[in-house]
Amino acid sequence: MEPIIHVEKVHKRFGRVHALRGVSLDVRKSEVVVIIGPSGSGKSTLLHCINRLEEYDSGQIVVDGISLSNAENINAVRREIGMVFQSFNLFPHLTVLDNLTLAQRVVRGRRRDESRELASSLLTKVGIPEKASAYPAQLSGGQQQRVAIARALAMNPKIMLFDEPTSALDPEMIKEVLDVMLTLAREGMTMVVVSHEMGFACAAATRVVFMDEGQIVEEGSPDKFFTCPQQERTKSFLSKVLHV
Amino acid sequence: MSVNQEPGPRDEELARIPGAEPSSRIDVWWWLVALVAGVTVLLTVLKPDPYWRILLFVRDGILITVTITISSFLFVLVVGMFGGLGRLSRNPVIHTAATLYVELIRGIPMLVQLIWWYFAFPVVIQQVGTWLNIPALADYRANPVFLAIVGLVFCYGAYMSEIYRAGIQSIPKGQMEAARSLGMTYFQAMRHIILPQAVRVILPPVGNEFIALLKDSSLVSVVAVADLTRRGREFMSTHFNPIEVWTLVALLYLIMTLFSARVVSWAEKKTRFER
Repeated sequence: MEPIIHVEKVHKRFGRVHALRGVSLDVRKSEVVVIIGPSGSGKSTLLHCINRLEEYDSGQIVVDGISLSNAENINAVRREIGMVFQSFNLFPHLTVLDNLTLAQRVVRGRRRDESRELASSLLTKVGIPEKASAYPAQLSGGQQQRVAIARALAMNPKIMLFDEPTSALDPEMIKEVLDVMLTLAREGMTMVVVSHEMGFACAAATRVVFMDEGQIVEEGSPDKFFTCPQQERTKSFLSKVLHV
Repeated sequence: MSVNQEPGPRDEELARIPGAEPSSRIDVWWWLVALVAGVTVLLTVLKPDPYWRILLFVRDGILITVTITISSFLFVLVVGMFGGLGRLSRNPVIHTAATLYVELIRGIPMLVQLIWWYFAFPVVIQQVGTWLNIPALADYRANPVFLAIVGLVFCYGAYMSEIYRAGIQSIPKGQMEAARSLGMTYFQAMRHIILPQAVRVILPPVGNEFIALLKDSSLVSVVAVADLTRRGREFMSTHFNPIEVWTLVALLYLIMTLFSARVVSWAEKKTRFER
């Protein structure tokens, strides 16, 4: 089957920093790929390149059959890719409902009532239908992140990207967000997740990818990856992360 | 202007109750506006000669001052927005043009700019018209009010550009990323996400600009515009009573500036709770 995301030998430099050094990665439909690695390893940069929030210097990325290198209408690609950020990035001047309906109306051209209907059903799905008229500042971190997931889903994306979605959350709120992501994974959503939630990786990932210094060091199914990693670098990273 | 810094509820508390704002307390600074207006009325009633006569004489000047200020300000808001966006543009041509505009205009005294527009600009147009043989341009006659507005807009637009730029830059980068990741174009993101938030940030400095513009509009009196200041000078030159004329003119400006400051402060409170 054709991969829905095809990343081939992508390089990205920020001034002197060589953030991505020839990364290649294929993601097939309904796969859940979890990317782990130390900070500064290029995980987030890779994710930002997949919907071209960051432009890459060389190599090739093809999403759903459209090459990002010369995509004339990048917005057409982006609306098929939902993205969830570490810091939520909800629109603070809009209510939760408007956060969910604005892009539907402006980008997808949906009617107001139509967009509201979908928004309400998505808020029910992420477990906070009663917060529709609240402002983001009135919500807890976990609730904000669930709204952010619902906002991305409202565009009916084919792919969801998660950039450390639980790193900015209080420990008690991590589960409510991971549960929503787990549900999505079970429904067959194609997901690329940058996260250090090993529990989530074990439960939901079809593949775990380990990145270091701008390169993919190792990848494999979660049980193989966590029980018998091949590379020394992976072993040393896991030994530090999986503290008993 | 921002004398009114009494400790109100913290922003988070306000955020918890949308629509709620401490409007029940009467803004004490309104009393100052009332006081200054009261003094003015008393003067004209108790001593109609010369105060009432001066007021009658300068009232069309008040209208001109208000008209010039408000119409200039509306254009300044638009010019400032494009200037600010231009300063933030990644396109080197647009960026350089906007930066040049801001830097050059801010380096020239406003009075000199107003004089240039009134005395030099029409001649430039006439000479170009003669050279290109276009009679409409060659016979160009300066309209003082129009050129005064052009001068004010050009000058204040540069300052306003910097206010817009700072306001837009104060919005976290993640807002633009989130908007773009949803498929919005740059302009859709600006219109629906960035600018509505930036407007709340820049409201206080924009309000200050309005008041500064109101005061600086008195400079147009030197380029043949019969505004409040010029009408005052005209009255004085025939009757020679500087104390009464300039006291009244100062009071009239004060009423307008203090009133504007109250309106700005009210608007700030109105828009604050949503953040």
